[in-house]
Amino acid sequence: MNEKVIETKDLTKRFGNFTAVDRITFDVARGEIFGFLGANGAGKTTAMRMLCGLSCPTSGTGYVAGFDISTQPEAVKRSIGYMSQKFSLYEDLKVWENLRLFGGIYGMDDREIARKSDEMLAELGFEAERDTFVRALPLGWKQKLAFSVSIFHEPKVVFLDEPTGGVDPITRRQFWELIYRASDRGITVFVTTHYMDEAEYCDRVSIMVDGQIRALDSPARLRAQFRAETMDDVFQQLARQSTRRSD
Amino acid sequence: MGNAIEVAHLSKAYRRQVQALDDLSFSVETGELYGLIGPDGAGKTTLFRILTTLMLADKGEARVAGFDVVQDYRRIRNLIGYMPGKFSLYPDLTVEENLDFFASVFHTTVKANYHLIADIYQQIEPFKHRLAGKLSGGMKQKLALSCALIHKPEVLFLDEPTTGVDPVSRKEFWDMLLRLKQEGITILVSTPYMDEATRCDRIALIQGGKFLGVDTPQRLVEHYPEKLWAVRSEHMHRLLADLRAYPYIQTSFSFGETYHVTMHTQGSPDDLQAYLSQRGHRAARIEAILPSVEDCFMWLSRQLSHE
Repeated sequence: MNEKVIETKDLTKRFGNFTAVDRITFDVARGEIFGFLGANGAGKTTAMRMLCGLSCPTSGTGYVAGFDISTQPEAVKRSIGYMSQKFSLYEDLKVWENLRLFGGIYGMDDREIARKSDEMLAELGFEAERDTFVRALPLGWKQKLAFSVSIFHEPKVVFLDEPTGGVDPITRRQFWELIYRASDRGITVFVTTHYMDEAEYCDRVSIMVDGQIRALDSPARLRAQFRAETMDDVFQQLARQSTRRSD
Repeated sequence: MGNAIEVAHLSKAYRRQVQALDDLSFSVETGELYGLIGPDGAGKTTLFRILTTLMLADKGEARVAGFDVVQDYRRIRNLIGYMPGKFSLYPDLTVEENLDFFASVFHTTVKANYHLIADIYQQIEPFKHRLAGKLSGGMKQKLALSCALIHKPEVLFLDEPTTGVDPVSRKEFWDMLLRLKQEGITILVSTPYMDEATRCDRIALIQGGKFLGVDTPQRLVEHYPEKLWAVRSEHMHRLLADLRAYPYIQTSFSFGETYHVTMHTQGSPDDLQAYLSQRGHRAARIEAILPSVEDCFMWLSRQLSHE
């Protein structure tokens, strides 16, 4: 039951003499929603790139979905999903064409893609939009579709990089309900956000400062530990300790 | 002192399909810090482009610093500062060269108005010989603001200056805006972060090219028409489904560690408490709370979509 889907030990990335990620050690269980917080420049993106198999660690170890991120990055990439606010879908492809493309990239066969497409569009209530160009969809729909595409191949873990930036408040909440559903299905969710209310929706949250994980626990326990009313207070207290700010 | 910005019946459509702005009218008083609060695609950037004389409206009129945005666009351009949502400085000039360039375009010098930008610029001055394209996000934002201010504009337009910026830097940025306001500069600023609304004198909530409401943050919250309750229990995931199944529920939205709930008149906290305990929520807590700007936004946007 307590299967670890992400496990790191002293994971470190240095660029020249700059230590972007400094010996981070943590694990994430199957189906857990894990919030990965930190100020701009704290090292979140670098850490996430290593966990996605896109950047090789300088030292330390990391396992994602059972694969070593240093020696088996290709196997890592096949076992994960990824979505960011910036690039989500091909705007000049139709909805179903995007599904076929991403399904194909992850090696799904045509029948599986067809079955999964029906299921997913029904779940989203998007059946009528199957032949719509993605560019014609409202932003909130795009983001929900992009998330569903990122877990289309049923990855063990999905990495979400600020998935709700700029999205309206109602859609933002619907988006989190999709995250809950994925997590209930056993997909592990690793998510970054600048909305501190969203930190509350995570099972556990880590906060990075200057390349290190300075706090890691459930939101309720973090609030108690820092005698804070909200996760925003917790974040402010920690991020202000940074000596690396403004760079 | 009159109005720094006056907008009457402004409309703009793209390719006759997307109604970016739909008959907008509003005014911003001189010296006011005015917030446009709304999600991506609400029309914020289109409004900025029209007011900064970079785009023509289909219909309606707008005046900035007393001048018409169509007839007097040259006058306006000298009187305003504009920080677009996309980083628009020269990436292959250094920090210092960018600032000098913008000063010279406006026939002034960095020295003449240094006091205005000192606070902000000092934070990036150690990197003044670095190419602007090589700066981090937070530093680019500070440089862009410095460049928009260097000619001491009367009206400052800031299009989503804090998007993608972490909560600590966002707080610092708003502290900076309050100091600029004290210099007498009128500021129109847009943001998708609802929690920033309370820092403004007045805010307009915008969605789909329309204003959902315009007021001071205080009054907007006071005019929330429903009683709002915060509900929590030991089973938060299940609680949301159970709340939605409650017959007298009107709205229920997750809000940090609680759900914010409004009920029809037949419902009451006691009745809800009894219902939830029947469903196995033994430690359910229901508290009356004051709404936030985000509650108001969601309420107003639901009203609009139900019309």
